[in-house]
Order: sequence, then structure tokens, then C-alpha cells
Amino acid sequence: MPVIKYVDHNGNEFEANVASGETVMQGAVDNMIDGILAECGGACACATCHCYVDDAWTAKTGEAESMEKDMLDAVVDTKPSSRLSCQMTVTDEMDGLVVHLPETQY
Amino acid sequence: MSDQTCIIIGASHAAAQLAPSLRQQGWEGKIIVIGDEPYVPYHRPPLSKAFLSGEKDVDGLLIRPAAIYEKNNIEFKLGARVEVIDRAHKTVTLQSGEVLNYDKLALCTGSRVRKVTLPGTDLEGVHYLRDIRDVEGIKQHVGKGKKAVIVGGGYIGLETASVLNKLGMNVTVLEMAPRVLARVTAPELSEFYTRVHTDEGVTIKTGIAVSGLEGKGQVQKVLCADGSSFDADLVVIGVGIIPNVELAEACGLNVDNGIVVDEFARTNDPDIVAAGDVTNHPNKYYNRRLRLESVPNATDQAKSAAASICGKDVEYSSLPWFWSDQYDLKLQIAGLSQGYDQVVIRGDRDSRNFAAFYLQEGKLISADCVNRPQEFMISKRLIADQIPVDAEKLADESIAPKELLAQ
Repeated sequence: MPVIKYVDHNGNEFEANVASGETVMQGAVDNMIDGILAECGGACACATCHCYVDDAWTAKTGEAESMEKDMLDAVVDTKPSSRLSCQMTVTDEMDGLVVHLPETQY
Repeated sequence: MSDQTCIIIGASHAAAQLAPSLRQQGWEGKIIVIGDEPYVPYHRPPLSKAFLSGEKDVDGLLIRPAAIYEKNNIEFKLGARVEVIDRAHKTVTLQSGEVLNYDKLALCTGSRVRKVTLPGTDLEGVHYLRDIRDVEGIKQHVGKGKKAVIVGGGYIGLETASVLNKLGMNVTVLEMAPRVLARVTAPELSEFYTRVHTDEGVTIKTGIAVSGLEGKGQVQKVLCADGSSFDADLVVIGVGIIPNVELAEACGLNVDNGIVVDEFARTNDPDIVAAGDVTNHPNKYYNRRLRLESVPNATDQAKSAAASICGKDVEYSSLPWFWSDQYDLKLQIAGLSQGYDQVVIRGDRDSRNFAAFYLQEGKLISADCVNRPQEFMISKRLIADQIPVDAEKLADESIAPKELLAQ
């Protein structure tokens, strides 16, 4: 099962086993990792699961689609590596993926 | 503290947040969640969407897998109902007769559907929509070319109509008010959703009162007060929900359209908190008390409730927001529009892509955004930070949503 590393804004690291097919968001929620709120439960409706994909991994995670892009465009503190973690489905190739969590989801 | 027990009544959205938050806040004692359904907490919004359509199964609905609660030593008593809360002895009594002691108690009892008192509601094929069992029942009667009548043109009714229509049913929505979504939105939005549903092939009748249901065992007809009737193989009734306050009321907690709590989710008993649909709580953005029927309300308030149990003050002060998925339309709603005196439309209502801004005395208080995520996100900030808005600029598509923040 792929291991995803979540790094909070203070640099604290949390590793979680996340099954292929699950989302990066669900992996955080299932493992009670703070910093991902996911208020809408993955409906791409709230943008409270914002994260930054580590530079080394952006090619594997792909790009945001239009709805997600629009949401991200209005989020506080976005970077080119910003994604909504509910829209990133984990694959076997993403074993070792590192995502950074913003200081706030608002 | 490690020998203490916190009991959470209701295996709800609020409980799914409250229990883990207790651990995160340092609660070392027992945590017992009591729920009357046979499932650990699950997402309710998909019930009228992806679960009804079959895209999601029960496992896909769970907010967290059962193993995570186990790992965090969060115990569940499922299929169990609390009959009595005894605040003097700090016990709860289950329907089975079992008595449990608590040191801290959290009421996450949520809400239940408002039932109608009409002849024929006990017929086969007549359902409400609130939990997994309801939708499993509805699914038994879904079929291409069959007829569905939805009683109630609110969000649940319209979402259900949208899915049943997609599943090939002939769908009619009957709404008593002069327009759909009358309780929650402006006439402009009601017109829009009526047109979309009509274009998709759903029949919407407004200003019509249902007087009864008819059939031999299985429902066959919905009868209306004006003498008209509609054939039906399936009837789904969605006419609102009411908070489950009875346990709180019976044990003498303050109840007034919900369990009355402060901004820290505390009731008038220092050892009892409440969170979610069931609470009547203060909201600083609207300077009044609210009872909200929404997931973000349940989860955010649950965090404050968990902190209060652990002796910390974490204020619950979130801007209410909601969403509804129908067809290819994602409606995102920021804030509450009650009391608006002006509606400003940005974009074209004839398209499927626009935002309606609600102003009160020149201040933005709410926005309904149809496939307009940027406007939604920006509106949340405009409302929460009380940034002054200019109605003309809100309507001006040549100004990017983000620039509205800088007015």
C-alpha cells in the first residue's frame, strides 16, 4: 500500500498507508492528520483540503481540473504546486508522495 | 482524567469529528459513541446524490473507517438508543435497560425528517430520505420508465428528482409554496432551478397541496387538494427536518428550537455539550442565534465541543455554507440570505453558470453560486471580513472575482 507523507506547516511529518484508489484527502482524514479539514467530504465544494505537492512529485500527481483550478485560484496562500487533496487519487506510483499542508485552510 | 468517561449520543457527522478531536485535545479517558443506526458515522449529503445513483456504496459513505476509531480507542454502541439522561446521577439508560455512567456527555443527536400526516403514507413505495435505510428502500422502487413523485421542492427533493430523472424515471415534484426552494433562496434561483429541471424532463408543480396517497398495498396515486392526481410507483417525501431535542428537554436542559448552547458548544449543564443540527447557537456574523442543518456546522462545532470537554475554550465562529449538486450544476452557498433587500446577478441566468449576491443595507450577507467556485470562495471572505461591496462591480464580469476583495 502506498505510503503518503504529510508535512504540516511546522515541519512535523506524518506517514500514512493509503490504499490505491483512495484520495490523498481521505488518507489524512482516516489517519486523523490535522491540517486537512475536508468539510464537504470530497465533493470539491469547499477547498478546505488544500495542500502543496512536493516539487519532486508534481509530475506524478498531475494537474488540477477546471473546477478545482477555479477553487484554488481563490484560496489563500496558493502556490503553483497547490492541489485540493480530495481530487488526487492515490496510485501505486505515488508510493512515497510528500504533500505539505498550509498553516490554515481558510 | 484517564479513568473518566465521555459519552457521545448520536453516531453522526458531529460525533465523527468530536470523538477524534477529544483524543487530539488530550482526552485520555473512555469515549463511547451511542448510535441507533447499525453504522459508524457516515456522510449524509451523498445519500440523495451518489448513494442514490449507485456511484457510492455504504463503505464509500463512511466518514472514517471503523478501524480508525478502534485504533484511537473510541468505542461504539450501535443499534442502541438512549432512553433517559439522568443528570443528577450522571448516567444514561439505553432502551435495552443498560445503564452507563458518564463524566462528560456530548449530545450529537441531529435531526429527523418531518413526517406528514396524510392518508396512505404507510403504503409500499412511500419513503422519506434521511438515512441509508431510507435510500435502500427508495432504490427498490427505482426503474426506467417508472413514475416517481417527489413531495417537497427543497434541496433534498430537487436533488432526488435530478438523480431519479437520470436513472430514467418520470419524475414530478409537488411543492406547496408558490415556488421551489422558497424557504432558502431568492425567486431568481427558484426560477432558474425550475427551468433546469423542466429542461431535463422533470415536471414541477408549485402551489399544490397533497391530500393523500392511494394504492392497494403499493402506492399508485398521489392525490391533491385541488382534485388533481399523479400516478406514482415511488413517492419520496422531503418536507424538512426537525431537531432531536427530546432527550435534552426531558433532562431539563435549555431547549428553544434546538438545544441552547453558547459559542463553546456548552449547554446549561457544565458537563454536557452539544453539536450539530440539534443546537441553537450564537453566530457572530449574523448577530443572532441559529440552528443550522449542515455538515460544516456539525464538524466545526464538534471541535469546540471537544475542546470544552477538555477544559479549553475554542470558540465556534464559522460562516455558514452549504452546497447542492443537481445534474451538472454545483451550487455553493455562502452565508445566509434571510433579510436581504437587494439581489445582484453576476453572469447569465439563462446559462448554467452565474452567481446571485444578496445584500442587506449595501452589505453582502450571502451568495448563491452556480458553477462559480471563485465567486463562492471570494464571497465567503467578503462576508466574513465584512468587506464593503459595490453592487455594480459585483455584477461586472470584466472585474475578476478576486479584485472584488480590494474594493
